[in-house]
Amino acid sequence: MLSTLSIKKRFAALSLVTSLLTLNSVSAADSIKVGVLHSLSGTMAISETTLKDTVLMMIDKQNEAGGLLGKQLEAVVVDPASNWPLFAEKTRELLEKEQVDVIFGCWTSVSRKSVLPVIEELNGLLFYPVQYEGEESSKNVFYTGAAPNQQAIPAVDYLIGELGAERFVLAGTDYVYPRTTNKILENYLKDLGVDDSDIMINYTPFGHSDWQTIVSDIKAFGSAGKKTAVVSTINGDANVPFYKELGNQGISAEDIPVIAFSVGEEELSGFDTGPLVGHLAAWNYFMSAEADINDEFIETWHQFTGDEGRVTNDPMEATYIGFEMWVKAVEKAGTTDVDSVRPALYGTAVPNLTGGTAVMHTNHHLQKPVLIGEILEDGQFEIVSATAGEVIGDAWTNFLPDSAKIIADWTSPVSCGNYNLETQQCSGQNF
Amino acid sequence: MALLALFSSATFAFEEGLALSESSWEEKAEWIETLSKDTTDEAEQILQHWVGGNLFYWPAENRLVAGTKEGRKYELREIIGGLVINVVKRKAVKKIKVNNKLRRQIKQALAYRSLSSPDASKRLKAITELKRKPDYSLLQTLLRLEVANPDLTTARDLRSLVGLGYLESSRSTEQIEGIKRLTGNLSSEAKEGLSRLLLREDLTSDVRALGQRTIKDIEKKLLYWGHAQNIVFGVSLGSILLLAAVGLAITFGVMGVINMAHGEFIMLGAYTTFVVQQIIPGNSATALLVSIPAAFMIAGAAGILLEKSVIRHLYGRPLETLLATVGVSLLLQQMVRSIFGPLNQAVTSPEILSGSFVVNAAFAITYNRVFVIIFAALVIVGLWLLMYRTSFGVRLRAVTMNRGMAASMGIRSQRMDALAFGLGSGVAGIAGVAISQLTNVGPNLGQAYIVDSFMVVVFGGVGNLFGTAIAAIGLGVATKIVEPIIGAVLAKIVILIFIILFIQRRPRGLFALRGRSVEE
Repeated sequence: MLSTLSIKKRFAALSLVTSLLTLNSVSAADSIKVGVLHSLSGTMAISETTLKDTVLMMIDKQNEAGGLLGKQLEAVVVDPASNWPLFAEKTRELLEKEQVDVIFGCWTSVSRKSVLPVIEELNGLLFYPVQYEGEESSKNVFYTGAAPNQQAIPAVDYLIGELGAERFVLAGTDYVYPRTTNKILENYLKDLGVDDSDIMINYTPFGHSDWQTIVSDIKAFGSAGKKTAVVSTINGDANVPFYKELGNQGISAEDIPVIAFSVGEEELSGFDTGPLVGHLAAWNYFMSAEADINDEFIETWHQFTGDEGRVTNDPMEATYIGFEMWVKAVEKAGTTDVDSVRPALYGTAVPNLTGGTAVMHTNHHLQKPVLIGEILEDGQFEIVSATAGEVIGDAWTNFLPDSAKIIADWTSPVSCGNYNLETQQCSGQNF
Repeated sequence: MALLALFSSATFAFEEGLALSESSWEEKAEWIETLSKDTTDEAEQILQHWVGGNLFYWPAENRLVAGTKEGRKYELREIIGGLVINVVKRKAVKKIKVNNKLRRQIKQALAYRSLSSPDASKRLKAITELKRKPDYSLLQTLLRLEVANPDLTTARDLRSLVGLGYLESSRSTEQIEGIKRLTGNLSSEAKEGLSRLLLREDLTSDVRALGQRTIKDIEKKLLYWGHAQNIVFGVSLGSILLLAAVGLAITFGVMGVINMAHGEFIMLGAYTTFVVQQIIPGNSATALLVSIPAAFMIAGAAGILLEKSVIRHLYGRPLETLLATVGVSLLLQQMVRSIFGPLNQAVTSPEILSGSFVVNAAFAITYNRVFVIIFAALVIVGLWLLMYRTSFGVRLRAVTMNRGMAASMGIRSQRMDALAFGLGSGVAGIAGVAISQLTNVGPNLGQAYIVDSFMVVVFGGVGNLFGTAIAAIGLGVATKIVEPIIGAVLAKIVILIFIILFIQRRPRGLFALRGRSVEE
């Protein structure tokens, strides 16, 4: 058994090497290089591998359609191995050694933060496709995932407006994204008149697997005579045992609904969703969205992966939008030069996969619709609510007093990612 | 009102589907209201399909149908009778959506219907559902039911449901009756109902006083039961720690090998469970039973291979063993990632392990936890018998105590090393089977357990199975006692600091082994 495994492993390694070799052999002056900076090994491989495949699929598609500016696109795939400092090194390698024209990459905020100084120093271009905590706008990064006002705030609005929630549990994994998002949400809820005693905040370590006490605490918190809802920023792997425990302790979505910001189709494909039916997620895209362009995208994805069972998810759509925007901007600018492409990106509109249009704003964030979905038995989401129009991503949240007075605008006269409206000063980027 | 007339007529007009499929949530709620007043079988069937997410509007024939997904297509059936009509593409039908709020509303309506069902279990289910959202307008029906149907299975639940109904009343006499019926009731519905009552501002002072007294009494009892529950949680966490650590107790504790790939053997066991389930589909209980020996053999074989190929050459060089096994651990992770992909795999739990053993409303333990606790106990007893009641155990202990002496007595010490390592790894594989029932099965599974396992073994006393068991359960219970007070993140830190300090005072752990090897 084991020897066959290692043979397979060796084959995989061999094919990887050959594919890298072929990639390098094509490299010549007449191709445009696209860097792909997603972890293919380590803890984040579970999420990031899919995005690498998405970029490769987009490149294939573009090349089939005749390439870009008459040149073929060429992917340069590196593996930062879920190692945050390695992200910075690999970025430097991509920009200095490989001389890529654009990078699609990162998942966790900490990996993005580690890339920032390098990409700014070398004036690169990064498209970041994952929902994040905001409070950032770099000249060299375009954020195609959701800012808090494109995910968290509409989610809470839905809980209050549609489900009548009055008591909130903010449960998250202990790191920067949940901490910042929960700080924003706590302020937002208090502004709406929710009492301190009606908010319970709970943090757990990465990969927390024993949820018995926390779930029973939530159950107790939820039996105080007011409709209670959980806003979950629990990350990745910890979600499965959390939901399992909810089911085990007999908490249904009708009793205490959980709305999650990090649970999508791909996370759900790893387990039995029977007990989860009715719990919610807020994203800008769901695979179940009814639009022709979405059907086409799913079709292409299935063909590319050769697997009918593969799902699509929100970060994939964000990658798709980022890629299409970059292509459009390069065509508009007539060059891949970063300083020309960047201004060309502002105002660029690309159809998003849910039927509307995504527009890039000068704060480097997108204008996108916000959808709320309920988990179905087959691991898909039923879209139960969509914002009336598209929401413009807000780099600096309006719900924290210190950030409310800060804006990001990379066109003159402001030309700053961290501009204080009160002091009228640009304080540069805070790392 | 036109709708009402329509539904109450014997023949239901399915053309209404178009309007239904296009209506907003508020409008849908009104439709449900109408349908729930309709006593016909059609109305009930529509609600059933609707709440199950199987109700579709079929534009081609302009009517409502029941549909189930078959691959990428939908199989359409008659709502009444279930006759298959057609198989169509996804876009040919429009789903009548349902959300949380409507699902609750439909469930309530259906529960109300089955209140007087001849089947006691259905009645009980209906009462349980109705308790989630007590309704004063149902009170008269419920009271009639209570008098008419004095059966034992549902009497208690019906009593508390009636109590909950009374609480929603605006008359103080009825409110008091409700409070009386709920006195000492530990269910979260009772506490919630009473809290809701106390939030109201139009209460008379004696109702408020009685309500407060009752809820205080309930909370006191809940606190008491909560502690008991927490200890059980701790034992359950401890038994997982024990399962994860007991294999290490053999390889590290008895043999002294620092095996950083121990977690990956647990992962191999979990993946074995997944593979066995793929081979025996549809019967997860059998698959689980089969995967126990399978996981033991696969992880054990991997362990023996590791011992023979790597560790054997590094005996006596702990630092190099550590580094080599870290490498092996990465290798195994990436191997699994290459074969099965980076995503988590779904391992289903057998039906008998879902649900929980209920002592009362405040104290219940889920069957999969019971399974893990019993399983851990069996494993530790089995290992103890193996080590202390068989000749294999005697030889193994002889080799660990004094290798030279054992070898000169005719024990093939190298073979014993390999077998012992295989045993430890195999037990880790078994732990993987149990863990697959509780959490993710993914390439990173082992990483979550390696630190905890070492902690348990060191704390319990190196080389002592009994110590490992006590340490695991102790740490589990301690974690669960500390966790509600200071949160999960700090709890982990506090426990770690405690162990470090403890090891400073007693470097050999809780139960130090005495013998020649210790003195060396």
